[in-house]
Parts: sequence; C-alpha cells; structure tokens
Amino acid sequence: MIVVRLLPAMVVGLILLFLVLPILVVMVVSFSSETYLTFPPPAFGLRWYNAYFASDDWLQSTWLSLRVAAAVVVLATFFGTLAAIGIPRLPSALRILASALILSPLIVPVIIVAIGIYYSFARYGLVGSPTGLILAHTCLAIPFVVTSVGANLAGIDPRLEQAALSLGATPSGTFLQITLPLIRPGILVGALFAFITSFDELVVALFISGSGAVTLPRRMWDDLLFQIEPTIAAVSTLTIVLTAALMGCAQLLRKRAPT
Amino acid sequence: MSKAATVRCSARSVSAPLVLAAPPLLFMLAFYAVPVLSMLLRSVSDPVWTLSHYASLTGDTVFLKVFCNTLYTSLIVTLGTLVLGYPVALSLVRAPRWAPFILVLILLPFWTSVLVRSYAWMVLMGRHGIINEALLVIGIVNQPLRILNTPLATQIAMIHILLPYMALPITNALRQIDPSLTRASSGLGATPWATFRQITLPLSLPGVAAGTLMVFVLGLGFYITPAMVGGPREITLSMLIAQQVDQLNWAYAATLSAVLLASALAIIAAFYRLPGVSNAFRMSAR
Repeated sequence: MIVVRLLPAMVVGLILLFLVLPILVVMVVSFSSETYLTFPPPAFGLRWYNAYFASDDWLQSTWLSLRVAAAVVVLATFFGTLAAIGIPRLPSALRILASALILSPLIVPVIIVAIGIYYSFARYGLVGSPTGLILAHTCLAIPFVVTSVGANLAGIDPRLEQAALSLGATPSGTFLQITLPLIRPGILVGALFAFITSFDELVVALFISGSGAVTLPRRMWDDLLFQIEPTIAAVSTLTIVLTAALMGCAQLLRKRAPT
Repeated sequence: MSKAATVRCSARSVSAPLVLAAPPLLFMLAFYAVPVLSMLLRSVSDPVWTLSHYASLTGDTVFLKVFCNTLYTSLIVTLGTLVLGYPVALSLVRAPRWAPFILVLILLPFWTSVLVRSYAWMVLMGRHGIINEALLVIGIVNQPLRILNTPLATQIAMIHILLPYMALPITNALRQIDPSLTRASSGLGATPWATFRQITLPLSLPGVAAGTLMVFVLGLGFYITPAMVGGPREITLSMLIAQQVDQLNWAYAATLSAVLLASALAIIAAFYRLPGVSNAFRMSAR
C-alpha cells in the first residue's frame, strides 16, 4: 500500500532528476583535474577555470558577448517599451499587423531569421562586426521586452492615469510620474530577458559573426568541433550561474509587478 | 464638440501611438523583416520568376526524407514532453509544499542555454559518457552502446530542452480548475482515478493543447541540438537549410525555409481554432 502511495512521488522524482542531472554533471565535470571527461572525476581542482582565465581567446569572446549584450539591452528595452505602449493604442488593422511583425521572432524558426539576416547583412558589410550582431540580436530580444512590459501595462488600473489627467497633469507628466514608475518592474524584466537572449544566442552568430566577432557561444561551438575538453564545462558552469542569477532576479521582479 | 475638434482629437489619438510605435516597427522592418523576406523571395525569383523550385520538391527524395524526419522527431519529442511533463505539472498543483522546489528544478535547466544543455548531453551520452559507464557497471551491457550521434540522442536531448514548454502551460490550466469540482466528484463517491479522468483531465486539455502546439512548433525549427548530438545521417530541415547556405544554394535554401515556415504557421493556425488554446498560449507566453 505504501508503495502505491509513494509511486507518483517516485515517478516525478525521476523526471526531475532527468531535468537537472545534465546540468549537475557539467558542473561537476568542470571541477575535474583530468583532461578526459570521466565521471565522477578522479580528483577535483580548478584546472579548467585557470585554463579559461589564462586564455586570451576565451576572455576576448566573453568581453565581446558582454558588450554586445549590453548594447542589445539598451536598444531592445527602449524600442520594446515604445512598442508595448504604442501598439495596443493603434487602430485595429494596424495593431494586428504591428504585433505580428514585432512578436513573430518568437515563432519563426531561428535558422530562417539567421540566414535571412546573413543574406542581407553580407551586402552591407555587417558580417563579422559587433554592429551586425547588435542589430540582429536586438530584433530577437524586442519581443521579450514587448511581452513583459505589455503584461505589466495590462495589469495597471486605468483609473490611476485618468485621475492624474483629470487633476490637470499633462499626458507626458502623467506618463513620467504615474505610468513609468508602475511599469518599471516589467521594463527591468524585459531588459534581463534581452541580455540573456543576446548573451546565449548562437544560431545567428554562427552565420554573421565571421572571424572578426566571435562571441562566447560561437567559440564554444567551434571548440566542440575539435575537442570535448573540460574548459567548455567550466565556461558552461560560469554561464549557467550568470543566467540563473539574472533569471532568478527576473522571476522575483515579475512577482512584484502588478500583472 | 465641433466637428473640426472631433477630427483633430481622433487624428491625435491615432498619431500619438503611431509616433511611439513607428521607431520599433521601422527597426524590425529594416533589420529583420526585409532581410528575411528578401531571402525568401529568392525561392521564386532565382534566376527568373518561377515556381519550379517548389514544384521540384515533390520529387526530391533528400528533401522528403529530411522533412519526414523533422516532423517525426517533433512528434516523438511532443509525446515525450507530454508523458513526462503532465505528472510534473500535476505534482506542482497537488503538492503545494514541494511546489517551489519543483519549480526551481524545472526552471534551472529552462534558463540554461540550448548550447550548454546540448553539450551536457554530449558529455552524458558519449562512448565513455556517464550513461555508458553506468550501464557497464550494472552489467546491462558488455560494451559501450552507441547513443551519441543517433536519432535517439536528438530525441532525448530535445525532450529535455522542451519539457518546460509543455509542463508550464499544463500547470497553468490545472491551477485554473475550481477545486470544488474535484471535491464534489470525490464527495459523490468517484474514485481518484475517475475524478482525474472525468474532471481534471478534460479541464486541463487547453493547457495540453497549448503545450503541444509550442513544443511541436519549436521542435520543427531545432538546429543546434540535432547538429551537436544527432550526427550527420539523420538530419533535420534546419540542418539541411544551413548546409545549402554553406554551399551558397540560396534558391534551394530559401525554398526549404519557406516550407519550414509554412508548416509552422499551418500548425499554429490549426491549433488556434481549438477552444481555450489561444488563451492558454497567450498566458504561457508571458
């Protein structure tokens, strides 16, 4: 009888193990002292973290990815917030077209976006430059900002804005003093999503980063083609910790946002 | 209000949102929509206006094999995420004390990049990977199995990556079921299984449909995971497109892209007519 009652818990436990095991294994392997990927490692050490921090190639790619992601955060948050405010107030036909355009990167397979951008950017000399990556990643990140700010906006009591207007505030004053503070959590969540979208992006980078703008995911990919040494496990662990921390922040912010 | 004032007023109510929305729309047009559309245009304009690229797909055995393989992979992955995702969603709703812990275990891999998770599966499934070592120690096999670079490897890794997209919409749907319904059902003498089959399961179907839609459509476009763990033999449509671009076969790559995009859109259009799906889909998109 007790077995029957515990069975569902065991099934769910096994599924959850399936979910986290790969991540945990990468983290453990990154602390291995050996060149070869054995599990569990014979001894532990920081050898592969030292290898990462001693490599100019890895550090340059990390720095590039951080700079690109920072620029994407600024552009995508600005454009995405404008779109989230403007598009719902457009007349209906235009509104449907505009949201289809803005949200479509969420469903169009990324390989199509990647080769389309590669096809056109090549003609304007935007391949192999950080600028090309920033422009492309911004397009991929804008939908995340629009959904996050849009959800936040939809949760705001419209009477607050009406009250400000009826008490004599100008439309721009109302926006700056009432609306903007209320949607700040949504904007911050959108900015975090934009950062991670760019920082983790690989498929577009495979086509347009060339040899002049090798991002961190691109360097991991290139390395994997030649060897599976644990430096990549160390880099993976560092990115897992970074993205998990940022997404954790986003999750906490989202709970506080009135959606 | 005079007529002129009304006109001015409505003109302003259109123009202010337009001024706000125009910069992001122009940006997306210039750096995303026009590039992608002009690439797709190559499928009908290369070398002259023609539909021959599409017509020749029907007799193209490579394309047909890859297309079927892509649909099949997506189908298996959707079924896999459903079988594994439903119990997890149910436990999130039924065991509130454990829910925060379970949610973290779902979200931690969800927040990790596809590249890193595919790499993790390479480490696990390799010839001397942990799965093979464990099987050898237990004595189930005498020599390492070939798991990496097989379709099975792609399916397992994709199920792992897409599972949250199935589990989270189902969780949302389950949360919206009025608890008094299940209480009434068991109060009237139904067994837990009957209550589940006749109350919980039917009411959770919009979540199942939304999850199925999302996993299937995302699965169709997968590139990194099959390229890393699936090996060169059983390729997906995305991999074939990338290969064609490498060989500068733009017309063929564009035709394949249009087919991939049309398949994704057709599936979304079909699912959106089902009751409750668009709502569940919108909710989980947040």
